[in-house]
Amino acid sequence: MKKSYTCIVCPNGCEIVADFTEKVIVSLTGAGCKRGGEYVRQEITCPMRNITSSVGVLDGKLPLVSVKLSKPIPKEKIFAVMQEVRAIKIQAPVKLGQVILEKVLGLDSDVVATKNVEKI
Amino acid sequence: MTAVIKKDAVIIGGGSAGLAAAAALKKHGIEDIVILEREKQLGGILRQCIHEGFGLSRFHEVLSGPEYAQRFIDIVRKFQIAYVTGTTVLDITPQKLVTAVSREGLLTYEAKAVILAMGCRERTRGAISIPGTRPAGIYNAGVAQSYINLHNTMIGKEAVILGSGDIGMIMARRLTLEGVKVKAVFEVQPYPSGLQRNIEQCLNDYDIPLYLSHTITDIKGRARLEGVTVSRVDAHMQPIAGTEKEYECDTLILSVGLIPENELSLSCGVALDPRTKGAVVDAYYQTNVKGIFAAGNVLQVHDLVDFVSLEAERMAGYAAEYIHKGCLPVCDIPLITDGNIGYTVPQRVRSDEAFKLSLRVKQPCHDCEIVLKQAQRVLQSVKLKKAIPAEMIQIDVPAGNMESTDALEVLLQ
Repeated sequence: MKKSYTCIVCPNGCEIVADFTEKVIVSLTGAGCKRGGEYVRQEITCPMRNITSSVGVLDGKLPLVSVKLSKPIPKEKIFAVMQEVRAIKIQAPVKLGQVILEKVLGLDSDVVATKNVEKI
Repeated sequence: MTAVIKKDAVIIGGGSAGLAAAAALKKHGIEDIVILEREKQLGGILRQCIHEGFGLSRFHEVLSGPEYAQRFIDIVRKFQIAYVTGTTVLDITPQKLVTAVSREGLLTYEAKAVILAMGCRERTRGAISIPGTRPAGIYNAGVAQSYINLHNTMIGKEAVILGSGDIGMIMARRLTLEGVKVKAVFEVQPYPSGLQRNIEQCLNDYDIPLYLSHTITDIKGRARLEGVTVSRVDAHMQPIAGTEKEYECDTLILSVGLIPENELSLSCGVALDPRTKGAVVDAYYQTNVKGIFAAGNVLQVHDLVDFVSLEAERMAGYAAEYIHKGCLPVCDIPLITDGNIGYTVPQRVRSDEAFKLSLRVKQPCHDCEIVLKQAQRVLQSVKLKKAIPAEMIQIDVPAGNMESTDALEVLLQ
């Protein structure tokens, strides 16, 4: 089966055409670098995404702290993870890089702060 | 009359361009710097760009906007570069007197060099003349982003997005993650105006349809938005009668372009390029007013913050040279383009100075070539597999190839 993918690894957005049978790639064309091939392989077997969001801060100078996941998660878990993230409230101060929730939903990925928020 | 504070460099704006410029000036031996920032915090628009995708060119890793900003804020703090926040610049004179208003009152600086790093702002509903009523619920994408990511305020329940700019697509994903139903994105042009990867990871991932050659032709609702009428457009971007379709929604997000914020530049006599709406600059990023430099989105709207930082860092090297020597060589070669190239930055260069040429094509094209020509002689050409208006093209032009002061032609073939 031939399928076309837009690589999301970098802003170049390479158009990669993969020929594969039963999740095994026979040929790949159009990838500008080797990460493109890895991306398509991942898309065919188990698409992964990193998501970013924000978490409510108690007694902070800002009402929200921006967060990301330490590792990408399976695409179909995005909304379940978002529900967990939305339920969190964290006490200020929050430091950039601080783990806010370990192993969200039992996945191998932590919710990590991407901003500093000082205490009032 | 307040006392005039003398500075080597006054930087207007503490966003990605201003912060990078400050750090680079310091590295080039300029000590007496101040950054003037209108908001309460440094970081500019990056503070609300909580998504990832920044830093791959500048830091060789993937960062979110706030993390990217923090890298530069940390450097500025480490170098003990002075900055004032909550301070709005009111006026700059050609003599480089900068007047600003802060909580402490009026501040007046006399600068050897002024760095314009004010960034850009969004084009609004008024600028694109959408007919209809004027209900609540119509937001620019960046305003919506600020409500949700900074102010913890949700903006609606069912949204339609006009314009396929990157911020619009990123907001489509962000709204979807926060439980808003995003019904569709409409783009008046026959091609998307944002990056391909954002179409993939922000729209396709969430089954949000993108309709090209479509625009909004009516807005309905009195107090709150109730719906929009969408029509297909023809090759001249005129709505086609009979193609109208109704979309119920309480929220409309506009992502219809960014405009460099140059009111202050105009106040000190800086000439603007009608194509970029940013300053006309030479190979040193110097405007027509000596000692006034520009970089980042105030100069030309960028797709990627990495290129903003890198541009500001290059500019700072030249601004430092200006501060040390009091002048820079004259750039006497104008750049001209054919009808296929939207603009170039810089607009003036000189033969013995290498420069980074930034440009955009006007139409998407495949297997094309950017050719630099002077007096019928080809100096350089760059082959491209694809070129689209959404992606800025940058070319390193070495010194020494130009033999006269004839215009340097930048052509697309």
